[in-house]
Amino acid sequence: MSALRIDLAKIAKHVPDGVRVLDVGCGDGALMAELRDTKHVDARGIEIDAGQVEKAVARGLSVVQGDANKDIMDYPDGAFDVAILSQTLQTAERPDHILAELLRVSRRAFVSFPNFAYWRMRWALLSRGRMPVTRHLPVSWYETENIHHVTVKDFEELAATLSIRIVNRWFFTDKREIGSGGANWRAEYALYEVGDGSYLEASGS
Amino acid sequence: MASQTDLSVQKVTLPGALALDSGRELAGVEIAYETYGELAADKSNAILTFHALTGDQFVASEHPVTGKPGWWERMVGPGKPIDTARYHVICANVLGSCMGSTGPATYADGKPYGMDFPVITIRDMVRAQMALLDVLGIEQLHAIVGGSMGGMQALSCAANFPERTQRVLAIATTARHSAQNIAFHEVGRQAIMADPNWQGGAYYGGQTPGKGLSVARMAAHITYLSEAGLTEKFGRRLQDRDAKSFGFDADFQVESYLRHQGITFTDRFDANSYLYITRAMDYFDLAEEAGGKLADAFAGASDTRFCLVSFDTDWLYTTADMREVVHALNAVAAPVSFVELSAPYGHDSFLLDVPALDRVVKGFLG
Repeated sequence: MSALRIDLAKIAKHVPDGVRVLDVGCGDGALMAELRDTKHVDARGIEIDAGQVEKAVARGLSVVQGDANKDIMDYPDGAFDVAILSQTLQTAERPDHILAELLRVSRRAFVSFPNFAYWRMRWALLSRGRMPVTRHLPVSWYETENIHHVTVKDFEELAATLSIRIVNRWFFTDKREIGSGGANWRAEYALYEVGDGSYLEASGS
Repeated sequence: MASQTDLSVQKVTLPGALALDSGRELAGVEIAYETYGELAADKSNAILTFHALTGDQFVASEHPVTGKPGWWERMVGPGKPIDTARYHVICANVLGSCMGSTGPATYADGKPYGMDFPVITIRDMVRAQMALLDVLGIEQLHAIVGGSMGGMQALSCAANFPERTQRVLAIATTARHSAQNIAFHEVGRQAIMADPNWQGGAYYGGQTPGKGLSVARMAAHITYLSEAGLTEKFGRRLQDRDAKSFGFDADFQVESYLRHQGITFTDRFDANSYLYITRAMDYFDLAEEAGGKLADAFAGASDTRFCLVSFDTDWLYTTADMREVVHALNAVAAPVSFVELSAPYGHDSFLLDVPALDRVVKGFLG
């Protein structure tokens, strides 16, 4: 039944049954609905766009209209088992702060983002000398919501700096999963499962 | 003013005395109510709607005094977002009001209460409504729904009687009356009390303080509209004249409109009820009831589903007010949805044509 985007489908596959999930930047709630219907999770969402919230509420989901940068702070420590930040990291005011917040409210998190070091981006910048407008990043520099362009290498370095453990990593190009070899060149976007130490000890997997 | 006590409306007498927040008790309380749609055999499909300050139980049927359609007919009815083909919708006239429920105009010991009526609170209103549900034999509701003061009752009900409902839908409301809210109400109350016909509240059977009540309504009505809405609707346009009169007639359309709102209001509303109900709203502070922390008010409601809606042009009960409720509900991990809808009509948006609200209400009720 799932018509989810490939990275969302990957997340849905890896979220355990019956857990508490916070989807930050949940859009119209497609992933939350899938998780509710197939994994029986207790899902909550934050979404800034009123029209998207309206659609999510109409699906019977619990979604709060708000700014992820601020509103995630309202949730108590450890309120969730899994936090999801899908294609939103690069729009955050402070990606480092929001990652820390994700792992404050939850012990594990799924984080996906477009890889700005993807070779087409590099080529567009090198050959034309202009900020790339691509299939995956279709909006011009002056109106894009993406204010912190990030690469696979940048993300892994930030994770190390913040003492965040990377549990899993998946890479995608052209709506297909690719291997991790040369991912910083080859991946159009990336998905990470990250956790703090307590998650790794508890998960035993 | 029509004598509301003459109205033949559907009502019940609550068994036992109603204990009030003031410490006083009210015995023999009557609650007038209307219902729409069939109650399922297992009584699982009941929705309780709460009306606002000057509303009444006629949410989706003709008002017996004014002959106007129900105040929320665009929302409640067969096939409407609150679908009476699926749900049994109940709406009761609040305690202290004047459409059949016990209030200051009610006779006690051979004469109307007047100012001997006890000061009531939003929680007292909710207590009376829960007692009505007991009489009707409905233990748990599918949902409670309210806008403005109706939303305050919905939040109070969720805080004090969380076991009575599965869902809470609160629209254009607040968990606490602000200084500005209280200030506007005080202007209205002083206008009523300054009317020589008010007579310390003992005006029943004689001239009513219609002038004062009318001014109170005019002042309040301004707070229900947005500046942009007023500008669009009236601007500086003149009323039935080509030039300013250099007098104090209603030269401007907006004056004429407000005067009309004030005068028609006095036909259907009791001035003392206006005093008591505005007082109840001013006393409303859910956090204070819970010892100072709003989240503690909702400690028992962590399994209740909430949907909160504000409007971007509502300056009476703002999005910021609503966000405080959202934060409190997040703190107790209650499943909460919140959306700020865009609508041009100010606070009154919850009563008017806002299709996005229809979709949210329908979606939330399931």
